[in-house]
Amino acid sequence: MTMPAGGPGSVFSQIAHSATASFSEYLARTAPELLPGGRSALAGGVQFPAGAGPAPAVPHATTIVAMTFAGGVLMAGDRRATMGNMIASRHIEKVFPADQYSVLGIAGTAGLALDVTRLFQVELEHYEKIEGTLLSLEGKANRLGAMIQGNLALAMQGLAVLPLFAGYDMDRREGRLFSYDVTGGRYEEQEHHSVGSGSVFARGSLKKLWKPNLDEAAAVRVAIEALYDAADDDSATGGPDVVRQLWPVVYTVNSAGARRIPESELAATSEAVIASRTVAGREA
Amino acid sequence: MTQQFYVSPEQLMKDRADFARKGIARGRSVMVLSCREGIALVAENPSLSLHKVGEIYDRIAFAAVGKYNEFESLRQAGVRYADVRGYSYNRGDVTARGLASVYAQSLGAVFTADTKPFEVELAVVEVGSTPAQDHLYRLTFDGSIADEKGFVVMGGQADSLSEALRGSWQESMDFPEVIRAAVAALSGGSASEGPEPGGRRLEPDLLEIAVLDRDPLSSRGSRRAFRRLSAAEVSAVLGTGED
Repeated sequence: MTMPAGGPGSVFSQIAHSATASFSEYLARTAPELLPGGRSALAGGVQFPAGAGPAPAVPHATTIVAMTFAGGVLMAGDRRATMGNMIASRHIEKVFPADQYSVLGIAGTAGLALDVTRLFQVELEHYEKIEGTLLSLEGKANRLGAMIQGNLALAMQGLAVLPLFAGYDMDRREGRLFSYDVTGGRYEEQEHHSVGSGSVFARGSLKKLWKPNLDEAAAVRVAIEALYDAADDDSATGGPDVVRQLWPVVYTVNSAGARRIPESELAATSEAVIASRTVAGREA
Repeated sequence: MTQQFYVSPEQLMKDRADFARKGIARGRSVMVLSCREGIALVAENPSLSLHKVGEIYDRIAFAAVGKYNEFESLRQAGVRYADVRGYSYNRGDVTARGLASVYAQSLGAVFTADTKPFEVELAVVEVGSTPAQDHLYRLTFDGSIADEKGFVVMGGQADSLSEALRGSWQESMDFPEVIRAAVAALSGGSASEGPEPGGRRLEPDLLEIAVLDRDPLSSRGSRRAFRRLSAAEVSAVLGTGED
């Protein structure tokens, strides 16, 4: 039996079905075991004994801060991953360029979050190569929401991944910020935002230090101050480490694209923040 | 019951090959040239959006002649193959050799088994750290695969164009030189003399040119070597701008 042209089951719908520009959709169809958390989902899902408290001892990534500044947007993350009361890593990086004009920061279960990041990076590049154009910033933000929603089953078992997404909107000519919840809900944030265990303290800091139309250097300083305040009160957030020369990872995005702030610049700003706080000599 | 006429396998393959060859020769030529700065992909293509050359992966590009719908579906399949491989192993594990052999298998299977062979000819190229490490694979409609050195010319008057390039192309050229040599060959002249009286002048908007940079990380801070040249850049290279 032949279907009318364009109907379900027709040649056209078969072609349309196989011609997806989304890499994650293609993986879900052809190799679902490669998706983040996919291997365990196929084997009936990861099962942890119910009521055993925060059971799985896996590394968790912590605080990310993001803010807009004149002509762009900035994102910064500390370098600590924790596993219960232990420090799992001092060197982890939690802010990544998603493509040329956007960056992604992750908090939550580190292993899954890194997988989601890698998948998201390939997703954007794949679209660009198949379609020949860049995805719009809203389009990118929506794709990320769909991926977080795909992780909902694991999130309900305590393995949540919470990203923060920032990019330069080529149509509106401004930097924009998006936050997410575990169900994939996408919320546009104004001015600044923060996620992760130290986000409460970082947010308080941002509220006092952020001003409209900061320049890039001033925005970097505000980000480091906010992360310092988060590290001060949250044991899971790492402050600048002068002994090991470890500084937060900071990216800025403007009309020229994403740029990682070089280590030397971060060292100078971090040391200036530490020096000014030493001089102030405040106890709390 | 209808009686099937006997057709010898030799005749069947020859008919299919002739059919595919005719389709490919009708189109315009595409050239892929290795040089000191990387690999240049030059196509005569009046369309700005229906591309004949495209990016596959970090250091791998694709060029094709023949029927657009057929090579476009092959290009997309190549991008999917490369992205899945790079995602499940590592970006460095995606090679032009692996991709070319997958293309060869599918082209060969279609040539022998399907009702109609693909009317396409493909080049899969990978830029190395030196010109000697560049890989240029040419794939024909029947699934044959050839590892070429220096440059590949496909479609249209491929033989006479290769002959013209053999005189003008050198491995030590940089991008502007090699692009000028390719465009001169396409317009029917040689690089030094410009278009011959009988040749035609190819305007930048009739050319689709892309390059694979040899070291994109240090020159552009990107691991993706593929870069399309805009019409303005092409005019600057060919010297057909205001001057």
